[in-house]
Amino acid sequence: MTDYNFAYLDEQTKRMIRRAILKGLAVPGYQVPFASREMPMPYGWGTGGVQVSAAVMTPEDRFKVIDQGSDDTTNAVSIRRFFERTADVAVTEETQEATVIQTRHRIPETPLEAGQILVYQVPIPEPLRFLEPSEVETRKMHSLEEYGLMHVKLYEDISQHGAIATAYAYPVMVQDRYVMDPSPIPKFDNPKLHSPAIQLFGAGREQRIYAVPPFTKVVSLDFEDFPFEASKAAGACALCGADNSYLDEVIMDDAGHRMFVCSDTDFCTTRRAQGHVGAEGVPS
Amino acid sequence: MKDMIQDTDVLLSVRGLSKFYGARIGCAEVSFDLFPGEVMGIVGESGSGKSTLLNCMAGHLTPDRGEVFFAGRDGGLRDTLRMSEPERRMLGRTDWAFVHQHARDGLRMNVSAGGNVGERLMAVGARHYGAIRDSAVDWLGRVEIAEDRIDDRPTAFSGGMQQRLQIARNLITGPRLVFMDEPTGGLDVSVQARLLDLLRGLVREMGLSAVIVTHDLAVVRLLADRLMVMKDGHVVESGLTDQVLDDPQHGYTQLLVSSVLQV
Repeated sequence: MTDYNFAYLDEQTKRMIRRAILKGLAVPGYQVPFASREMPMPYGWGTGGVQVSAAVMTPEDRFKVIDQGSDDTTNAVSIRRFFERTADVAVTEETQEATVIQTRHRIPETPLEAGQILVYQVPIPEPLRFLEPSEVETRKMHSLEEYGLMHVKLYEDISQHGAIATAYAYPVMVQDRYVMDPSPIPKFDNPKLHSPAIQLFGAGREQRIYAVPPFTKVVSLDFEDFPFEASKAAGACALCGADNSYLDEVIMDDAGHRMFVCSDTDFCTTRRAQGHVGAEGVPS
Repeated sequence: MKDMIQDTDVLLSVRGLSKFYGARIGCAEVSFDLFPGEVMGIVGESGSGKSTLLNCMAGHLTPDRGEVFFAGRDGGLRDTLRMSEPERRMLGRTDWAFVHQHARDGLRMNVSAGGNVGERLMAVGARHYGAIRDSAVDWLGRVEIAEDRIDDRPTAFSGGMQQRLQIARNLITGPRLVFMDEPTGGLDVSVQARLLDLLRGLVREMGLSAVIVTHDLAVVRLLADRLMVMKDGHVVESGLTDQVLDDPQHGYTQLLVSSVLQV
């Protein structure tokens, strides 16, 4: 413990990151450049999210990490352990208990509350990147609100697949001003971006931080005749029976058997503890 | 000066436009007026400043001196070089169009033909897929691209088709002024002939004004009402197209006209 400053980063770095976060909160959806540090983990493992978490963390916080909805995958376990060791904070797997939640590609099913901070890990912060490779040009497009190109992407989806096939990282308009990539969350989670909690987005390799303050208006882009739809796999969780949660498909054997289970492990566990049992579940 | 021109119905008014590349001259002291429905040709050899002039007018390059006035839909003449960048970019995707010599520069090669044609509509706020698609089909038809190619990418198109696609993409918002930089460059003669035929039809039908830069005298003979001949950054001769080509006065124009091979 004594070898590191609280939460690994030194205080000057945290100040720099906090400034970027405050600027991001002041201009919702705007990508604030920041001097991303090297973290003791590879790019793509959540270096941006970890830096944001470290900057907002206090000793009194209770920390939760989710990776694709799960609390117990390698990425979630290692980041949780990282902050246990460097900040000595309390950790939890329960969404309601947590004050800071770092997430990779999901928003928890349990509604977030005021006072909670959700930190997203972002691989590519620029929603226009795959259409316009030039950073100079995309910045200009953001500053001049030229977002027609984003609809060209959705047009391409419909012309090729008959519907808007973008299922994750679905672009949103924040507070009628900036088009934002909500990180690769499934579009099922997009309506939850309008939330009482503070949402912070950190992209370590791309050196960008952006934010959605509580109760900010977040609208998913669509066409009048092809409205946005928060889709998920049809059916209910095989373990807890929930039919309103985002489902993961799990391949069971080589004979083609599969089951659908809640992607949010905390949500599923809580429901089973309450006595809900799905088609293939066993009462706990 | 501004009040003086306002009385006429001029569409584009260029006054003393100059651009220097260090000590070298790009184009110098170019002035002309373009009226609605008129096509102006600019000819000259490579390096004579044609493209520099065109890019300065279209706002792609910042000229060192001069003014470019454009008549907005409300009638008043606006200095396009001094208007704010959002306004100029808005102009660039509504009232103006720019056809590049290489279709690759003007198209999004990884987006389908329909998406390319619909982009300008979406950029000005169209949000109804069905309506955008219908306009795209209509415009592909007008430039003689079969409807069943609408979901193909431009990479699957021939050079001539790419150029026609670029034209459709530019004209879909009903611009009033089109800048063309060597629109037939790099195409074989039969394809050139079809493209010219198409352009001539569109220009007449839509009442477009155009500024066409080319080194091909046949192109201006077919399309342009008036002609400017440039050499070393200066306009050496200007007038009605047939007049300039049939009775060239300046030595360089005479050389240019006599250089064309007769088949």
